[in-house]
Amino acid sequence: MKKTVRRLAGVLGASGIYMVISAVLAAASVLLSLYVPILFGRAIDEITDGGVFFEPLLGFLKRAAVIAAITAVLQWIMGIINNRITFDTVRRVREQAFEKIERLPLRYIDQSARGDLLSRVIADVDQFADGLLMGFSQFFTGIVTIIATLGFMLSINPGVALTAALLTPLSLFVARFVAKNTHSLFEKQSKIRGSQTALVEEMIGGAKVVAAYNYAERSSERFSAINRELETTSRRAIFFSSLVNPTTRFVNSIVYTAVCLIGAFSAIGGGITIGGLSAILTYATQFTKPFNEISGVVTELQNALVCAGRIFELADEPAEPSDEGAKVLENVKGGVEIKNVSFSYSPDRPLIRNFNLKVEPGQRAAIVGPTGCGKTTLINLLMRFYDVQGGEITVDGENIAEVTRASLRKGYGMVLQDTWLCSGTVRDNIVLGKPDATEEEIVAAAKATHAHSFIKRLPQGYDTPVGEDGGNLSAGQKQLLCITRVMLSAPPMLILDEATSNIDTKTELRVQRAFEKLMKGKTSFIVAHRLSTIMSADVILVMRDGNVVEQGSHESLMAKGGFYAELYNSQFAPMGS
Amino acid sequence: MSTLLKYFKGYRFEAFTAPFFKILEAVFELLVPFAVAAVIDNGIPSGSRAYIVGMCGVMVLLGVVGLASTLAAQYFAAKGAVGFSCNLRQGLFDHIQSLGFGEFDKIGSSAMITRLTSDINTIQSGLNMMLRLMMRSPIIVFGAMIMAFTIDVKSALIFAATIPILTFVVVGITLWCIPLYSRVQRRLEKVLLRTKENLAGVRVIRAFCKEKTETERFFEENNELCREQKIVGRISAAMNPLTFVIVNLAIIALLRQGAIQVDGGKLSQGLVMALYNYMSQILVELVKLANLIISIPKTAACAGRVAEILNTPCSMENGTEKSFSGSEYSVEFDGVFMRYGGAAADSLEDINIKVKPGERLGIIGPTGSGKTSLASLPPRFYDVSAGEVRVFGKNVKSYDLAFLRNAFGVVMQKNRLFRGTVRENMRLGAPDACDGEIFEALKAAQAAEFVEDMGGLDAIIEQGGANLSGGQLQRLCIARALVKRPKILILDDSSSALDYATDARLRRAIAALDYSPTLLLVSQRVSTVMHCDRIAVMEDGRCVGLGTHAELLKSCAEYREIYDSQIKSEEAAK
Repeated sequence: MKKTVRRLAGVLGASGIYMVISAVLAAASVLLSLYVPILFGRAIDEITDGGVFFEPLLGFLKRAAVIAAITAVLQWIMGIINNRITFDTVRRVREQAFEKIERLPLRYIDQSARGDLLSRVIADVDQFADGLLMGFSQFFTGIVTIIATLGFMLSINPGVALTAALLTPLSLFVARFVAKNTHSLFEKQSKIRGSQTALVEEMIGGAKVVAAYNYAERSSERFSAINRELETTSRRAIFFSSLVNPTTRFVNSIVYTAVCLIGAFSAIGGGITIGGLSAILTYATQFTKPFNEISGVVTELQNALVCAGRIFELADEPAEPSDEGAKVLENVKGGVEIKNVSFSYSPDRPLIRNFNLKVEPGQRAAIVGPTGCGKTTLINLLMRFYDVQGGEITVDGENIAEVTRASLRKGYGMVLQDTWLCSGTVRDNIVLGKPDATEEEIVAAAKATHAHSFIKRLPQGYDTPVGEDGGNLSAGQKQLLCITRVMLSAPPMLILDEATSNIDTKTELRVQRAFEKLMKGKTSFIVAHRLSTIMSADVILVMRDGNVVEQGSHESLMAKGGFYAELYNSQFAPMGS
Repeated sequence: MSTLLKYFKGYRFEAFTAPFFKILEAVFELLVPFAVAAVIDNGIPSGSRAYIVGMCGVMVLLGVVGLASTLAAQYFAAKGAVGFSCNLRQGLFDHIQSLGFGEFDKIGSSAMITRLTSDINTIQSGLNMMLRLMMRSPIIVFGAMIMAFTIDVKSALIFAATIPILTFVVVGITLWCIPLYSRVQRRLEKVLLRTKENLAGVRVIRAFCKEKTETERFFEENNELCREQKIVGRISAAMNPLTFVIVNLAIIALLRQGAIQVDGGKLSQGLVMALYNYMSQILVELVKLANLIISIPKTAACAGRVAEILNTPCSMENGTEKSFSGSEYSVEFDGVFMRYGGAAADSLEDINIKVKPGERLGIIGPTGSGKTSLASLPPRFYDVSAGEVRVFGKNVKSYDLAFLRNAFGVVMQKNRLFRGTVRENMRLGAPDACDGEIFEALKAAQAAEFVEDMGGLDAIIEQGGANLSGGQLQRLCIARALVKRPKILILDDSSSALDYATDARLRRAIAALDYSPTLLLVSQRVSTVMHCDRIAVMEDGRCVGLGTHAELLKSCAEYREIYDSQIKSEEAAK
């Protein structure tokens, strides 16, 4: 907690000067705005039933007008400065968070829930800034208002002032009392809502089942039962919570009356003027507001601190160690050697141990195994998304741990089954790896992968915007775009992930041919599902439960009669009954 | 909007009494400044403490009566708003359930869920607020002005001038900001999208070394967001200072005018104060009114969306026929064409297949070839666009839907079980099935063993079957269909998660069912359909082959192609 607060100072530091100005403006505008009722009170005192003293009256009114105008200007400037502090801080913190994400090790990103990371960058930052800065400014003006109001009231008449000051907080207690008692009702309401939503999701998500089994009437009855329960609870929750306003208003009106009574009594004795009484009555109606705001601010500040803590947690996560100054891998030929490599995601579950593999430039390695066998682990290591824990991987004889990540990754072209397109045009997506590609190069690459014909038929050709995650393209088309992307950047080594079954036959054929063209003369690692791919590989890696269990050619592996043979027989061999 | 009005049924009284009591409350509040004026004009000058106490007593009384009417108003508003919303929710739920799948596909299930939950909740709180504030705020504002007129016409003119100006500023700034806020919202969504995209594509981005470009793009969008936020901020920051100046200038004018009137003997000091108090009250209420105004378009948008669904008619007309007659065929597709709503092309074209009772028909073809569309026609999940689908000799459109579907056991591609016990799920289609019958079905579906392991029929299935594996889920769904002892059984790719041996056992058990249902078996695996009596080969919405496995191997190129790619692997490799 303390640490979080200290870190906050650092974040806000850049806006420090503005914060000081904001505080000064807040104090000034509060004082001035509270001074206006006093001037009005004095003006009223000049209006007696016995006669009106116009000269001093107009003097007070003029002063009031000037002060009101100045107050308004100060308030406005303060508002703008506060906005600036808030929005700039949000922007800065968000930038830092995003930069951090780009530099975090894959291990951290894989292990975090995506929604959680997202909400740290978006929602938490918002809440942190709103809560903290707005909360702080409300807190500050609230305190100044309370003190200044008290001071002004005391200067008018101590007795009446104390009545107002002591009675006003009563409404706070009433509000707190009501709020406490409605809390449990709201909890119950959200529980019932939760179960209603669950039912709705089930019945609407399973609409076909409901229809097929004539379940509509029964589900309507279930819904109705929950709905009736919700009605009773909601009505009570809403009614009781809506008591807060009227009851505090009632308490306030009692306070107002009490101030009026005591004020009037003391006015009879000449202890207070009518104008003074008017000023105190004005203050009495406003005195509750800062109390309410401050009590609201406390929860908001707590929330903001929690959010800040979550953001700092992300900021404190160690980034991938910098590889500045490391060797740059150039003119890659594509000889890959894995020497005695050990790796595991968590220390208590050893995964790959003493793994050796040598792939000559231009050779193909097929990776096979059942779903979830850990084929991505290998990709993770080759691309250095994760670092090996023992042994080394070399490219053209260079240990990849000793070259820059960027130069290593530039050597690879990667097409994953889980195709990813960024929002932008088709062209933006194709030139991802080669931003300066010419139109001819782009079209040539697209023609080579048979993507050109479908791109041409899109509404705006190469400039057709691709929706979020390629929403408007079919799975096969997305895959073709990803292949074109790699075709264009023409790297010496490839990592390919064959699609399983979600593409129609014709497109699949195209994808296969595109893959074939792409692999020509390149070192390739292919996560393979298709028998033809597997059998044309120079070496087959068989993976199971995250580990490489066998490796060799098709013939040698079949002869061995191990896991590969089993896999082959169950997946590809004829399956007559 | 009128669609929704009928859901006030049973709550009309509340809808009128709530605003009524709110009006009472406002009236009592408007009387308070008069009492204060009386204290100042009569009580203090005469030094009569009794009079002052009396007037303060009147003020307390006004407070108490005001509180009472507020409580009544809040109660009726809560009851009316909640009651209306619950009526609406039930009505919408029932309407949604009555819709056909065509409408379902069009609207989308997530939209429906949002309408039923958060949209109606928004309507509820909007309505509650409207019932309470719609009357109060205008009455306080205009009531204050009317009161001012009863006190002094010349001073009241200042009210008449101030109120429009204040309303213009408060409502104007509010309305000005609404579209700006939605622009900020859209910018924020872009920033969110960019972040989301970067997390999803983290491997690709790093593989292409795009971290820097992505960061730059994020900065750009983030800057845009910040800029838009500042624009709105600048405008909305003007609201408080502006209203502050206007109200205070109005009070200054009021005091000056009041002074002239008092000087002329037309007004008393206390009444000047009353006018001053009324002016202060106006501002608070106008701000509340502005908040209400913000919530109106939001509520109206939600109401519009809900009404849209309620106004969507069910495109499927129910038939009346409630009996099957003997017929040579159990299912007939006769020149069937079918097109989904909004689609550009037909999903099924000229399908002609006749299936005899007890026959097993396999349906095979690549994704998107129309297998599922075909299988969903006999239980009339969709209507054909041309041709006719007959079940036991009669057009499916002539049957009562519930009656028709009762004859089917359907297992869909996306299997779904409901939260509850295994027994409850098994009884979905046959509410009276006894445990013995259920177990018989579980056995045939190869599910009896693991159900026993789970703890029998009382074992709990979590929402969406989260505590089951894909294969278990599929087998339970098949069992659920078998419990009905259906005349026609439709299995749509429903054994894809089963291993080969279990799949084979399942097929044998289904073939051996004593009530021998007609079977429509959809699959992508040749091995699953090759033992059917006949197989229909689908391609691009057309049936390109119909016959036994052996016949098709000879006559149907498409079937052979599929067979080759899946079974005759050796040759494919070379």
